[in-house]
This record gives sequence, C-alpha cells and structure tokens, in this order.
Amino acid sequence: MSKEVKAVEGEEVGGNRLRAFAKREIGRVLALGSLVVIFIFFTIMRPVFASWENVSGGILMSTTVTGLLAIGTTFVIITGGIDLSIGTATALVAIIVGKTVMALNLGVAGGMLVGVIVGGLIGVVNGLLITILKLPPFIATLATMKAAQGLALIVSDLKPVLFTTDVKGWDSIAQGNLIPKIPNGVLILFVGAVIAAIILNKTVLGRYTFAIGSNEAATKLSGVKVNNWLVAIYGLGGLYVGMAAVVLTSRLGSARPDLGLGYELEAIAAVIIGGTSLLGGKGTISGTIIGALIMSVLINGLRILELQQEWQYVVVGAVIVLAVWGDNVRRRRAGEIS
Amino acid sequence: MATTQLLSLTGVSKEFPGVKALNNVHFDLNKGEVHAIIGENGAGKSTLMKILSGIYKKDTGDIVYQGNHVNVSSPLEAHKLGISIIHQELNLMPDLTVAQNIFIGREDRRKGRVFLDNAKLNKAAKDLLAELELALDPKQKVGELTIAKQQMVEIAKAVSYRGEVIIMDEPTSSLTPAETDALFKIIRTLKAAGKGVVYISHRLEELNKITDRITVLRDGEYVKTLNTSETSIPEVISLMVGRKVDQDQRPDPRPQSSEVVLKVEGISDLNLLRDVSFDLRKGEILGFAGLMGAGRTELARALIGADPKTAGKVFLDGKEVKIKSPSDAVKAGIGYLSEDRKKYGLLLIQNITFNVILSSIPAFSNKFGFLKTKPAASIVRDAIKQLSIRTPSENQFVKNLSGGNQQKVVIAKWLTRDCNILIFDEPTRGIDVGAKDEIYRLLTKLASEGKSIIMISSELPEILRMSDRIAVMCEGKLTGIIDNKDADQNKIMQYATKFRD
Repeated sequence: MSKEVKAVEGEEVGGNRLRAFAKREIGRVLALGSLVVIFIFFTIMRPVFASWENVSGGILMSTTVTGLLAIGTTFVIITGGIDLSIGTATALVAIIVGKTVMALNLGVAGGMLVGVIVGGLIGVVNGLLITILKLPPFIATLATMKAAQGLALIVSDLKPVLFTTDVKGWDSIAQGNLIPKIPNGVLILFVGAVIAAIILNKTVLGRYTFAIGSNEAATKLSGVKVNNWLVAIYGLGGLYVGMAAVVLTSRLGSARPDLGLGYELEAIAAVIIGGTSLLGGKGTISGTIIGALIMSVLINGLRILELQQEWQYVVVGAVIVLAVWGDNVRRRRAGEIS
Repeated sequence: MATTQLLSLTGVSKEFPGVKALNNVHFDLNKGEVHAIIGENGAGKSTLMKILSGIYKKDTGDIVYQGNHVNVSSPLEAHKLGISIIHQELNLMPDLTVAQNIFIGREDRRKGRVFLDNAKLNKAAKDLLAELELALDPKQKVGELTIAKQQMVEIAKAVSYRGEVIIMDEPTSSLTPAETDALFKIIRTLKAAGKGVVYISHRLEELNKITDRITVLRDGEYVKTLNTSETSIPEVISLMVGRKVDQDQRPDPRPQSSEVVLKVEGISDLNLLRDVSFDLRKGEILGFAGLMGAGRTELARALIGADPKTAGKVFLDGKEVKIKSPSDAVKAGIGYLSEDRKKYGLLLIQNITFNVILSSIPAFSNKFGFLKTKPAASIVRDAIKQLSIRTPSENQFVKNLSGGNQQKVVIAKWLTRDCNILIFDEPTRGIDVGAKDEIYRLLTKLASEGKSIIMISSELPEILRMSDRIAVMCEGKLTGIIDNKDADQNKIMQYATKFRD
C-alpha cells in the first residue's frame, strides 16, 4: 500500500519534467558519471591518456568488437535470455569470411555480407534450439559456443587466414577514415548502436523484446508469437556478431580460429555494467555502450599506468561487482526492489 | 475456562512516507480464541500483521504479550516470543521432506555437529504431526503434497516453534470446501490447546464457522470488534466498506439473444477434460461453476490453444476455426483473462500503455514495423477514462496499481484488441469488495454492449449475481447448464459434486 502511494507521489512530482527524467534515468546518469570520473582520474595520472590518439586509436578502437557483440546481446538479455556463443561464433564467422573472401575474391562489400549472414544464421540456430527444442538459453548457447569453437578450428585447419593485399581495402573497414580523425570501426560501432537503439525503442521487434523479458507467459497469452520473435531476436544478435567478426579481421588483417573465446563474457559484462537486468524486461543500448566504454577505459588506463595484465583482470572483476552492487543499493533505496 | 489475554495491541500507528497505514489501531487476542481481522485491501491488515511478526516497526502504540510489554523488532524476535505467521504464499521448499521443512534451520545433528541426524528429525516431526492429528508422512517431499497439505506443514512448522500466537493470512484462498473443513478441524485443535489464532480472510462466510471475534479495519483505522455470534455478514460488510452491499443479488434481466457466437464441441485434453460441449450466445455472461480441480481453467486454456486438445471442435459464428495457439485465439477475437493476473496477464514492470497495447501492437505500427506511439497513447488514455482506471497517468507502472485497477488494465488490453469473446477466470480474485462492484458493473456493461463473456468463478454468490446461464463442471466433465432463474447454490453444488461421493 505504501508503495502505491509513493509511486503516485513520484508521478505528481513528475510535473517537473527534468526531475522526473533524472529520476527515471538515474541508472544511466550514474553510469555515465562513473565513466567520466574514471576518465578524469586516468587523465590526471597520465595526461597522455586523454590524447585523441589514445582515445580514438586505443580506447574507442578496442571497444568496437566487444561493443558490437554487446549491442546484439543486449536484445537477448532483455528477453531474459543469454548468449554464450557470441565469442566463439565471432571466431567462426571470421574464419568463414576469410576463407570465402580469399577463395571467391568477394571484396569488401561481399565479405561484410557473408559475415552478417553467417552470424545471423548462428543466431537463428540458437533461437531454434531455444524455441523448438525448448532448451534453456544458457544450455543452448553453451552448446553452440563449443560447436562454433570446434568448427572454427576445423574450417581453418588450425591455421589463421591472412587477408593478403589482394583484398583491396579490407583493412579500411575498421581502420579507414570516412570521417577525418574517426576510424571507420568506431563509426560502425556508433551507427550500429544508433540502429539498435531505434529497433529497440521504436519498432515492434523492440517492443516484443521487452514484453518477452517482462513476462513471457503473459506475452504468449496476449497472442504474440513469442517463439518466432525469439528466433528473430537471437538472429538479430547474430547479425551484430557477424559485424563484429568483420571488424575484428579488418583490424588484425587476419582471422584466427582461437580468437573470440572470452569475448562473450566481456560483452555480457558491458551489458550488465550498463544497467540491463539479467532478469529481463529492462535495458538500454546507450547503457550498454557506456558499459563497454567503462571496460575499455579501465583496461587502457591501467595499461598506461603499467599495471600488469594479470592485475587488470582483477580490477575489471572488482568493477563488475561494484557496478552491479551499487546499482542494487540505489534501487533498493528507491524502493524498486526489496 | 476463564479467558486469559494472550496479546493486546493498543494505539498502534504506522506511517509510511505520505500515508498513514495504521492510525491508533486496537486488537487483542485471548488464549484458545480465533480472532479474525478483516477489511478491504489497503485497510491495514497486512501492515498490522507485519508489525506483529516483526517485519515492520510500529511508530507508536503498545504491544503486551503474555503480560509483558514487548518490542517485536525482527521476525526472529517474533519467533522467539512465540508469534508465527503463515503467509498466503507458502514458504516451503518443495524438494525437501515434510520433516526437513518443519525444522529448517534447526536440524538435529549427530555428535560433532557436522552430520545431520535424520532419524531424530523424522521422529520429532512424526510426534508433532501426531500431536496435531495430521495425517502426513514426515519423509514425503513437500512438492508432492497438495496445497492443503502443504499448508498443514506450515501450521506444524509454526507450532513446532512452540508458538502461542499463530497468524494465518488467507489460509483458505486455494482450498476446496473439504480441505477447508480439514483446516478448520486443525484450527479447533489449536484452540483446544490454548493457542491464539489471528485469522485473516476475504471469505466472509467462513467467519461464522471458525471465528470467535471479528475486528474490522477500514483505511488504516480501527472500526469495531464484534462477537461473531452476535453479528451477520451484511453487518460486517457494511462496516468494511462503510455502506450496505447486497450479497444475494441477481442480474437484471437482459434481453437474450439467440445468436450463438461460439460453439464448442467435445473438447478433451490429455489429463482431465472429457467431451465438453457448450454454446455461448451474443451478449450473454455464461458462468462456469465447479469445485477446485473441476477443469474450468483447463477448459479455458485448451479452448484458447494454450494447452493441447486431444479432441474437439470450435465454431465461431457457425464456422469452424482451428485454434492451436493463443495467437490463433486472439486472431479469432477470443481474449483470456487469467485468474493469476500477475503471472499470466500483466507485464508488471512495464507501464499501462505497454500493457494495454500488448495484444494490438501490429495495429499500432506501420508496414516497416515502426510503432505509432501517438495513436496508442490516445487510445490508452480513452481506455483509462472509459474503465475509470485510477492512475495518475498512462505511464504508471502496472505493479503500482491496486488489484482492481490491474484487472481493468487487462480488460483494456482485450477491448483495444477488439475481442468479442472474453473469458474471465476468477475476475475478482484478490480484489476489494468495493472494487468488485465496479468489475461487476463493467462485465454487465460489456455484455450489454454485445460482448460475449465466459466467467469462471469459485464464488457462488458471484456466479449467481452475474451469469445469465450457469455451466457446472465436475472432474473434467460438464454436468449441467442451468438458467439463472432456475439456479440456486444448492442446485449448483449438486451438479458440481455429481461424480464425487
């Protein structure tokens, strides 16, 4: 009863729009605030940290792959699901793209298309395992994670695929500058995020993503074909896996069958730091991007401070705990959870 | 036996930011007494119970327990004092046994205190169950028991703390009449043993059977304490809602259409349903009565394709329709309103707009899949006005609404989808007496506007008050369809128990 009245009051105060906005968005405002604070901290410690060269080439570029993965998997996590396969799927897509581009001389556009299609198909397979075989998302995607890992090794014959200079412009997918001073990889991440935010907030698919995560049974009883939409959502996540794989190969100039495992957890960590609930029904793309940036800024900053890599991992672990614990404390105080 | 006071609360108040949940409330309980606390949702019953069981702290007031002033500062403290609460939603672990559940946190251990002593635990549970005359096996897993038996486990657990005061919150809400009688027998055993029972229930007809006194709360205020033997249900209701409510109402006669909109032929399912057939006419309310487990919810779920049918045909306006999934049912214009709104009806963490348009999202989007938010918002605002959903705005989260208003949100969802057949499963479960009236008026209005309504209800007064015709089910079969004018509670119960001894 008390809660009801409190909420009503909150709405009345909400006559002041700015305050209502701040209240509603407090999670993201705090996340962004933390990002700024961390950024300022490293800048004070080492001014070179804030140089554009480091920001674009170091921080932003290193966010592109996990950022794209995190965007796609935000949809999946909002449905209340999880996708563990995105890391090794990135490796598999990268290998397939490398093989086909080199063998068929597909060029940049063709290679990107192959990446997105193969990535999307892996997502659809996940969706079908979850909806038709009714496997829990954790198990279904654990299985595809292992299968993709193996297939990447098999298809590549355990060898990296090099993008020779025959494939004109492959390196410029990530490293070129359509806009001066901004690497294309960063541009792809930005455009990918904007498209995802529009899909999530303005389209039927986005609305059903939230509905399924809020209450799958009620959504089904409301006449929504939940299974079809879940396949589409996992497929959409797969498209972002495909893009991430293309950007990764462009950055490295090669596709490595063993590179990808572990990316899934970095992406999931970014989503969670960004305030998306693992329970489903809640989440934002901007939060995910902030989360991904917090991780890259930390790693980059700690590297500039010359902290050993082993300790960088420990710090990232601590930050995940801090971010989620802090968010829980705030929401408990606000009466959102008990 | 001279009555001895076990517990007394005087002048208890509790304020939450912006609302006085309890204002100067009195309550007392004697040894060997069952004392009911009743009131509408929001009257302060649960706040009072939470203060008694240590979940909330009172702001002012005095609690005297067994002659001592006490401060129940935590649930643990309440347990130590001997005050136990049995919540409406049972808190048992389904995969543990009866004995393990009863003594959870206080397990007997072998020497060395590392290993559990199951033999001793089971023995203690067996003795306790015998003492309460409960026919339960200490070694059975709780998840295998019926809800009624699980409740008995909760009672045994409460008694095992050697508690003097046992608070029961809506203990009969999911019990059959026979199970309710069994529960009352246990309560009488507790009474005879000198325990005090605080009894909270929405089912007023139970008060006569089991309670000694009744305390009525309204809007956080103490209204009156009555001796059960000297009062009547209408008096209690009028004290609860502050006005008179007629319990034995029947529907105003409506012109009956003979047009059959929905024809169901021979529906069976895997477990329970056997060859159920009925017609639903335009603009009528067809009540479905029956005991718990008669198969009414199963019928509704099979009808809308939520669960598989093994046989049966469905005709809509004379044409056969194949309904294999809820989306087929919705396409055919059939909306189902579950008895468990929170689980099967609402997106609690989303706002009213989202919930209202959930079934109609394709209608509110263009061909590229982009949502048209403006028309949606105006339709939702109209629905809020039309159904008088009490909320500051359409952006309010549904979890913050009262039960009655949540139900209206679900109704709005189906009206927005333009469903002509609505299946209400227990439409007023968990809804206040006052708000019930409003839901009843709404159902009547919908029927008179030409919607056809199937109303499943376990409350016979509700069935009799609302239905044009009454279909009665027993053990998965339809045992009869009665016109309202020929129906009474006895007749319905006869049909509802046709296949039982």
